[in-house]
Amino acid sequence: MPAAKTFKVIGHRTINAVWRIGMAVRFFFLTLMYSGSSFRRFHLTVKELFSTGVMSLIIIIVAGLFVGMVLGLQGYETLKRYGSESALGSMVALSLVRELGPVVAALLFASRAGSAMTAEIGLMKATEQISAMEMMAVNPIARIVAPRFWAGVISMPLLAAMFSAVGVFGGYLVGVVQIGVDEGSFWSQMQAAVDFRDDILNGVIKSFVFGTAVTVIALFEGYDAPPTAEGVSGATTRTVVTSSLVILMLDFVLTAIMFRGN
Amino acid sequence: MNFPKGKLIAIMGLSGCGKTTLLRHIGGALRPTKGYVKVDGQVIHELDQDGLYRMRRKMGMLFQFGALFTDMTVFDNVAFQMREHTDLPEEIIHDLVLMKLHAVGLRSTYNLMPSELSGGMARRVALARAVALDPMLIMYDEPFAGLDPISLTVVGDLIRRLNDALGATSIVVTHDVQESLKIVDYVYFMANGVIVAEGTPDEIRASDRDFVHQFVHGEMDGPVPFHYPGGDYRQDLNL
Repeated sequence: MPAAKTFKVIGHRTINAVWRIGMAVRFFFLTLMYSGSSFRRFHLTVKELFSTGVMSLIIIIVAGLFVGMVLGLQGYETLKRYGSESALGSMVALSLVRELGPVVAALLFASRAGSAMTAEIGLMKATEQISAMEMMAVNPIARIVAPRFWAGVISMPLLAAMFSAVGVFGGYLVGVVQIGVDEGSFWSQMQAAVDFRDDILNGVIKSFVFGTAVTVIALFEGYDAPPTAEGVSGATTRTVVTSSLVILMLDFVLTAIMFRGN
Repeated sequence: MNFPKGKLIAIMGLSGCGKTTLLRHIGGALRPTKGYVKVDGQVIHELDQDGLYRMRRKMGMLFQFGALFTDMTVFDNVAFQMREHTDLPEEIIHDLVLMKLHAVGLRSTYNLMPSELSGGMARRVALARAVALDPMLIMYDEPFAGLDPISLTVVGDLIRRLNDALGATSIVVTHDVQESLKIVDYVYFMANGVIVAEGTPDEIRASDRDFVHQFVHGEMDGPVPFHYPGGDYRQDLNL
């Protein structure tokens, strides 16, 4: 009965997926519930801010620069057809603050910091460090998970802002310095086109949501990883794949809510 | 099973017989499906999380491979519980940590990272961490696994001395018959989750029960077969 077997497998996987989503949501609320110590003992969060945020700066800055430069080149080629080269500044800035900044920075954050968080917590579990902490009457969610969660949530919007700022500079380098678009119109068009609430604030909200999603996925995968080499490796892969898909899905949903009709 | 105050008791048995599971029940990491574990007059599985955490502050546990926090120095590992559970000033914590490390012979390693320690040294640092708050109950999960003969004797001796110095109760889960029989007061043998034999080290050495005799003397033949149970050998080879 292959049909019955297929049906059984699909049912099993569906139940398993729903179960894991439920566990992840519970994990998220537990993290929020035990977040007090992350703020009372802020040095724990600051330490994680360094490893998640500061250590991701290089990849964010380099990627932002190149994305901005490509935008400058591609934007110029397209706008030239309509005689609107002067709008290059606004095109680069809007593309970055609305979409590319939050989305690409979040994808890079998931690959760089998210995978590191999963691997670190998974290995802590495999080497019984989490069990040891529990046996020492210290709640691992409060001590290990919550500081990392808040570090991810705080650093993500900052990294996205950095990505956008460096991207604008990359667009300026290619558009103004290399191609010769008028510098005054590049900046003035950008200033006129970019709205603080509609563009920048919405971009910040997006990156905040992405940061929350990526960090929760990374921490949950690490905490839930089977305590073996294969288990940790699988969890790390799942963090990157799931985070990337969730970022793109959330981006569509948020864009539809924020920019519909604008 | 009874673990009287001040005694050092070994739990022995084959891999998978439930020794570590028993420690997890005592520590409240697992809930029993039937029966109960009572520590200091309190039934462990009836405690809420706060009660369980209060109880765990009176316990210390040494994990099989130390389970030291790899992102902290030796000093910070031993100071961990003091910083988490007490309001002691840092100067006092400094002195206490050095005293604990001195007790296990590793005072000079306070500045090293766990990755810079040998297996035996890591186990001793973990031991110092386990007794950081002077617990009334200390549990050891395979403390002798993978140690060289010198480290083995040192760790065995430390377990005995720390138990006596703290007036604590110690439970040692181990396979190492010879080393543990030298230091413990009483032994429980487990198989398939139940106690199959018990007694003082002398009684265990003299035991004529097949299982105990095979285990203590490390014999291949006996109630525990060499071959994992399975089908007929000739049939598997298609003969």
